[in-house]
Amino acid sequence: MPILVPWDESRASEIIVAHVSLEGAALPILHALQEEFGYIPEEAVPLVASALNISRAEVHGIVTFYHDFRREPAGRHILKLCRAEACQSMGGPRMARDFLSRLGISWGETTADRALTIESVYCLGLCACAPSAMYDGEPLGRLTPDKLDALAREARET
Amino acid sequence: MALIEEIDYGTPIPITDQRVALTIDGQSVSVPAGTSVMAAAMMLGTKIPKLCASDSLEAFGSCRLCLVEIEGRRGTPASCTTPVEAGMVVHTQSDRLADLRRGVMELYISDHPLDCLTCSANGDCELQDMAGDVGLREVRYGYEGESHLSAPNDTSNPYFTFEDSKCIVCSRCVRACEEVQGTFALTIQGRGFASRVSTGGLDFFNSECVSCGACVQACPTATLNENKIIALGQPEHSVLTTCAYCGVGCTFKAEMKGNTVVRMVPYKDAKANEGHSCVKGRFAWGYATHKDRIIKPMIREKITDPWREVSWEEAIGRAASEFKRIQARYGRDSVGGITSSRCTNEETFLVQKLVRAGFGNNNVDTVARVCHSPTGYGLKATLGTSAGTQDFASVAHADVIVVIGANPTDGHPVFASRMKKRLREGARLIVADPRRIDLVKSPHVKADYYLPLKPGMNVAFINAIAHVVVTEGLVNQDYVRERCDLNDFESWARFIADERHSPEAVEELIGVPAADVRGAARLYATGGNAAIYYGLGVTEHSQGSTMVMGMANLAMATGNIGRAGVGINPLRGQNNVQGSCDMGSFPHEFSGYRHVSDEATRQMFEAFWGVPLQKEPGLRIPNMLDEACEGTFKGLYIQGEDIAQSDPDTQHVIAGLKAMECVVIQDIFLNETAKYAHVFLPGSSFLEKDGTFTNAERRINRVRKVMPPLAGRADWEVTIALSNALGFSMNYSHPSEIMAEIARLTPTFAGVSYAKLDALGSVQWPCNEAAPTGTPVMHVDHFVRGKGRFMLTEFVPTQERTGPRFPLILTTGRILTQYNVGVQTRRTQNSLWHEEDILEIHPFDAESRGIRDGDLVTLESRSGAITLRAIISERMQPGVVYTTFHHAKTGANVVTTDYSDWATNCPEYKVTAVQVRRTNHPSDWQERFLAEDQSLRRIGAGLDAAK
Repeated sequence: MPILVPWDESRASEIIVAHVSLEGAALPILHALQEEFGYIPEEAVPLVASALNISRAEVHGIVTFYHDFRREPAGRHILKLCRAEACQSMGGPRMARDFLSRLGISWGETTADRALTIESVYCLGLCACAPSAMYDGEPLGRLTPDKLDALAREARET
Repeated sequence: MALIEEIDYGTPIPITDQRVALTIDGQSVSVPAGTSVMAAAMMLGTKIPKLCASDSLEAFGSCRLCLVEIEGRRGTPASCTTPVEAGMVVHTQSDRLADLRRGVMELYISDHPLDCLTCSANGDCELQDMAGDVGLREVRYGYEGESHLSAPNDTSNPYFTFEDSKCIVCSRCVRACEEVQGTFALTIQGRGFASRVSTGGLDFFNSECVSCGACVQACPTATLNENKIIALGQPEHSVLTTCAYCGVGCTFKAEMKGNTVVRMVPYKDAKANEGHSCVKGRFAWGYATHKDRIIKPMIREKITDPWREVSWEEAIGRAASEFKRIQARYGRDSVGGITSSRCTNEETFLVQKLVRAGFGNNNVDTVARVCHSPTGYGLKATLGTSAGTQDFASVAHADVIVVIGANPTDGHPVFASRMKKRLREGARLIVADPRRIDLVKSPHVKADYYLPLKPGMNVAFINAIAHVVVTEGLVNQDYVRERCDLNDFESWARFIADERHSPEAVEELIGVPAADVRGAARLYATGGNAAIYYGLGVTEHSQGSTMVMGMANLAMATGNIGRAGVGINPLRGQNNVQGSCDMGSFPHEFSGYRHVSDEATRQMFEAFWGVPLQKEPGLRIPNMLDEACEGTFKGLYIQGEDIAQSDPDTQHVIAGLKAMECVVIQDIFLNETAKYAHVFLPGSSFLEKDGTFTNAERRINRVRKVMPPLAGRADWEVTIALSNALGFSMNYSHPSEIMAEIARLTPTFAGVSYAKLDALGSVQWPCNEAAPTGTPVMHVDHFVRGKGRFMLTEFVPTQERTGPRFPLILTTGRILTQYNVGVQTRRTQNSLWHEEDILEIHPFDAESRGIRDGDLVTLESRSGAITLRAIISERMQPGVVYTTFHHAKTGANVVTTDYSDWATNCPEYKVTAVQVRRTNHPSDWQERFLAEDQSLRRIGAGLDAAK
């Protein structure tokens, strides 16, 4: 995972300037900001708006439209649990609900120790080995509560 | 009376001569090419169900309620996004469509509260109407699933509430903010089920929202609703009238419950505003019934006495006897009057008539003296008439827009929205202003050239632009040869071609790089239709008239006058400042800008009014005050103007007022000037009378009475009573009779009547036999004066200079939510956005003075000093500071000086040499002001002490 860089306005401005002349610059700028800071800081929104000469509401609309743009820092590890039909039919919802309650968080939230963020995803194309998930970009299949707990342990230790 | 219902065609109707014939539900109809099936159906009176469509917005196609069947086409296309085609056969109702529509409504209602009876939109809800239209009887999905029913409200805006739980996410508000207002303050946040209308992460009050009300008007449900509607319920009748704020002159439907205004809704069919509004006209009208309104006439012997409430008869009798006494003792010319740019044409006409015929002198002047008198002078000299050349609609045809010394998004927001729309369509923009106004760069608008002029350098700048046009061969020779006086042109061309006017020669003086001036000049001259819009940043200078002539020269030389999309357009500040000038408010002119020395005109007035009139021009406001200080001018009748706050060098104004023996104020509030008055005659707001206002595009709009005058008399009735008491008889039973007299005596108004205004909605003068329905664009085939006249515009710098004592230049302006001296807007919740006047100062100037953001500072000129709060802003250039003059207690005009335009005495508000330094207490003037404010406004026991 990237090491989180604290908010730095001049660094953000540099990133914006580096991408602003691209066609359709909004998404490349937002990706680059997230790459740097790990999320899209609220402070960046007016800077992006000004650079693109659009309103801050419009930037907000873009950021919130794409689930993968974060509005706050994620944990050190990200687990995306599939909530689509195949995984639902294989007991995914119950397993996820129980797992979240063991962690003490809700969908989209991060554990208090910043180790793990749990997010929803709607189909990873792994229906044959449902319930499935993706952990830091790696696909996982045939999940069980034990496997999930093991993941959570691993996340805390690394 | 009933509510005025406007037809909503669902999509805009294209303007084209091409027609397309089709059949809808068996009826044939021919419509403009490009019309949507939905709008074509509405032209037949056939309403197709819709939720996301409105004819103020482009078609969107999201609600899926307007589906229709078209023979020969598969499926059920949305009628809003489907343009008509020749021979098309459309069915708007069928069993299949009914099922589809009911199904769609069922989905909407499954996530919508069922509280119609207690909902604020009850009786005015399109969702409710559609549920009825499609016959929704049940919602099979139930209400147990996830929903937005518990979403919280946003009540941060003082005028409207955002009830998220009632939102159907039709995007009408988002699109209205983008397409109509051009602010882009709203968006749809998230996607899918999580999609919600959002102000971008902040609440409405703190967001980019400018409270224009376009979203509230566009909302088909209760989601965005006026707080007044929430409090009072639906109105029962409406009256069309004209806003009394700026010179845009928006037409509103005053929606009423009895004599109570429930809301003001902009009228779609109005030419000036086409259904749009701003925060002032739409929401800030509560001042009209504010508790500070004075509704009893009052008199006092001395200004240090408390006011005594008296009957109308006694107050008017006192005013008349005082004026007669003063004239008997000090001579005919020792009294005068000031007409109001806030009152109607009819009222203004009566005041100047009272002065000329009742007082028997020409000592009448008006607020335009301090704003656009140079416009009148400069445009009359060059083109032949004292008004802007275009209608507002013209901006939609402009390819290059030049904004000089104006801040349209703050000062004329509804016109600015039209301008921004054209800019988003690709028109180029040049902004010349010492302060970086929002238009220079705001969402989706960016100036091609921003020229940060040093204050006071306008004429050197416009000469440099003209120099480029002439020396680079960019003059439109054919146009000049055909339409202008060639001798004048040639001497002007020789004058302007001189090297001393070149951008390089004046670069340092004006503070703008020569290359930018050359670029802007080339763009203006070669970019297609080029239109100049300007404001008080042009006129309020010691060379204001020269600058107006300089712009006229430039427009003539490039052929940019006389058709749509071009012209020279003053953005006039007040609702009826154009009208007050038209009505003969200046000491040297009768109505229609005819000089008092013109024998034929004067004889016509003398014959009609039955009294001899003076052929010598009377006193201007500054002369009246000077003569008062000298002891020769003793009495003044002021209708609706607050010179003690609005005019420059406040201490001199007050000295003049204090030196008079009888000052009569007619106003809705006990304003600053009234502190120095002896008779107070209660005025009536625009809601309380009939009449007309003329806006910045010469458009005469009707003002209609929606409630009786609070003080029992409308302003025109008060002037009549005063005139009759003075012994000059006036006899009108309705303002329409005054307009009939104006039309009879004024050639440019000859065709104006209330009957015509009621029939056409409005007309733009000249309106006469040659132009019976008025004149949108002037100087079409030839200039009003015959041949266009080029004037030599030598740059003579102001005498106001910076130096070691006063090293900075102060320039003044205004902001969106407050209006002029603030008498009205300060009595509304608009003050939540702007509680005090603020000094804007560049970081460089702030740092060298140790000033931090928010510090109290002293702003001092050779005229006086005030204390106010500073904010550090890069809108300013180094060396220039800026403030507004909305708050009497700040006293911005204590600082401004008595320098003025050489031709018209328009004060030089825009250039004052000042010093700024940190302080921790109010200035001496402000302390005196606070002390006197109470003592000079005391109202003692009178006829009705229990008021």
